[in-house]
Amino acid sequence: MTTATETTISGPVLELGALGMDTGAHVLVAHALRQRDPALPLCVRGSHPELGVHLSGWCRKRGLAVQSGGGEHRIAPGPGEAQRWRGAQRAGASDPGVPGAVVAQPSARWGVAARGALVEQGAPEFHFPLSDKAALWADDAARLYATAVAAQWDPNEAIDWAAPFELPDEVEDAVVQVMTYLVENENAALLVPARFLGQMHPHFREVLQCLAITIADEARHVEVFTRRLRLKGRGPALSTAGAQASLKTLFDEPEFSVASFLLSVLGEGTFVNLLNFLNTYAPDPVTRQICRLASRDEARHVAFGMSHLAWQMEQDPDLQHRLNAAVERRYDELASTDGLNEEVFDALIVLAAGAFTPEAVATGYERVQRLKQEMADGRRARLAKLGFAPETAQALSERHTRNFM
Amino acid sequence: MSQTLVLGAVAYAPKVVTIWEGFKELFVRNGLPFDFILYSNYERQVEAQFSGEVHVAWNSPLAWLRAERMAKARGVSDQVRAIAMRDTDCDLTSVIVVRAGAGINSLADLRGKRIGVGAIDSPQATLIPLQWLREQGIDPGTALTVVRHDVLGGKHGDHVGGERDAARALVAGEVDAAVMIDGNHLQFTQEGTLPAGRTTVLARTPAFDHCNFTTSPGAPADLMARFETLIRAMSFDDPQVRPLLELEGLREWKDGRTSGYAWLDRAVDASGFYDAQGNITAHDYRY
Repeated sequence: MTTATETTISGPVLELGALGMDTGAHVLVAHALRQRDPALPLCVRGSHPELGVHLSGWCRKRGLAVQSGGGEHRIAPGPGEAQRWRGAQRAGASDPGVPGAVVAQPSARWGVAARGALVEQGAPEFHFPLSDKAALWADDAARLYATAVAAQWDPNEAIDWAAPFELPDEVEDAVVQVMTYLVENENAALLVPARFLGQMHPHFREVLQCLAITIADEARHVEVFTRRLRLKGRGPALSTAGAQASLKTLFDEPEFSVASFLLSVLGEGTFVNLLNFLNTYAPDPVTRQICRLASRDEARHVAFGMSHLAWQMEQDPDLQHRLNAAVERRYDELASTDGLNEEVFDALIVLAAGAFTPEAVATGYERVQRLKQEMADGRRARLAKLGFAPETAQALSERHTRNFM
Repeated sequence: MSQTLVLGAVAYAPKVVTIWEGFKELFVRNGLPFDFILYSNYERQVEAQFSGEVHVAWNSPLAWLRAERMAKARGVSDQVRAIAMRDTDCDLTSVIVVRAGAGINSLADLRGKRIGVGAIDSPQATLIPLQWLREQGIDPGTALTVVRHDVLGGKHGDHVGGERDAARALVAGEVDAAVMIDGNHLQFTQEGTLPAGRTTVLARTPAFDHCNFTTSPGAPADLMARFETLIRAMSFDDPQVRPLLELEGLREWKDGRTSGYAWLDRAVDASGFYDAQGNITAHDYRY
């Protein structure tokens, strides 16, 4: 069967052989029409008995006339489908390294098209409230996403759920209380970025991907902390009003950068310290394993927050003041609450003690005090890295919620 | 007459609302006071053209012929004109499809067979193909068993369901031949209603035309002139207009022509669908 297109003086000729429009010939006809000079006719030849009938209907839909005779079907000159692409717009470029690839404000009509696609005019407008590059972008997003994808782990494979251990009841209770607290915080860490993700223009592909994999990470954390708290037959323990009030302030923050700052740079950064602490001092191997893996994930979330904030503070010098104000506002809102609930704090001491004796509890207490100091130091260091003056960094670190996240 | 141009259209599918709301916005934005009335069938719409309800109607070819006959009977033929049509309304053909290998290789082989057609009022899937067969010496009334697939009477075959039902009946062996518009044979094959290679086109009718904008007697000339100008200015290149044109199934509006209705006109006479005054005389027509 021949399907070659040759060009004669009166325009190109497409040979279809026995192939019919009902079995794929339309692909070759469409291709030949795209290739031809629209001022020339296209001559189609073929032996399929219904070729003429089918070409008539197919071409009519595309605004093209066909004349059949002498075993040939002559498609009249005309733009055909090319007409549809007049005025189409290239939606940036796929490779973020190409100048102009990621535009400052992508068109709402680019919608969900792949970045770099040729978008037909007349596409519907999508409502993406977050479509300003200055408010979203992070230069490091593509690398962080790739790292996150490579570092995904399967809870069934990565954790030895059957590792043998038995803890005193009081210590197991403490582990369950801490796990209950972690699930609560991870729920917030999942939902806060998810709310922004659903509003974001997909032109910022790498940022979307970062948030999406962050959400997947948090879903996995919710799973493993839940499985650990149920491992010895117990159910979730206490959830306090103060801790929930602290987390709720994260949901009330409308600006993506400010929310990233509070959640990732300050909250999740503090959580990395907490998870490392649990990896070191937790009294059983399962808790240590899950906290080690979760800590690595959280460190990436902090890195994305830092990358985004660093990029944005460069674009928007006023942002530092807004971040400052957000911490103050949150501090004021939470002034009347207890912050970290007593049950969680005490559970951390018991958990770090590993036994319910005066000597062990004294050690546990000292370890938790050191943890709090490490958390404050870490926050200060990250704030300094973002360009906050030492005294501001110190003040902001001190005003961070006592709930850690 | 009011100072708003009122158009009649038949609501044969939900998209008709989208199309005319879109056109209304376009006309009003361009200085033409415009509104539309949707009818459930073409018969009531054509009657509304003569009672002064609408100034212009988007008519099926059969509705055009009825309007033309009613105008002639009332002495207002000069006011009832086909002013514009879609590029896709010109030079359509219908095909008679049979099962491959069924031994029907010529029109003569159709004698005594069952032929599946569309709705009673479908120009392309019933009236024109049957008239063409009649003129080839095969009288549908005596030489064939005509199996109608009446879907949405009064819509004049605008709904593709009748043709699809006829195609299904062919595949199921309930009829020996089925009639459909040329483009639908490819569509039905590609969508799987007709399995590829299992059917073959036995015959194809001569070309005929489809819908047009028909003016009503007494339509205000200035508003109609503005309407025609705006219709002609619609361009497929305009991203605001293109979706409406695509919904309505055209690339550009053409001058109205009536030369493509001769086959249907003879079919109407031969089948007794309307009389010379445009009265409905088809006795089992429900709409």
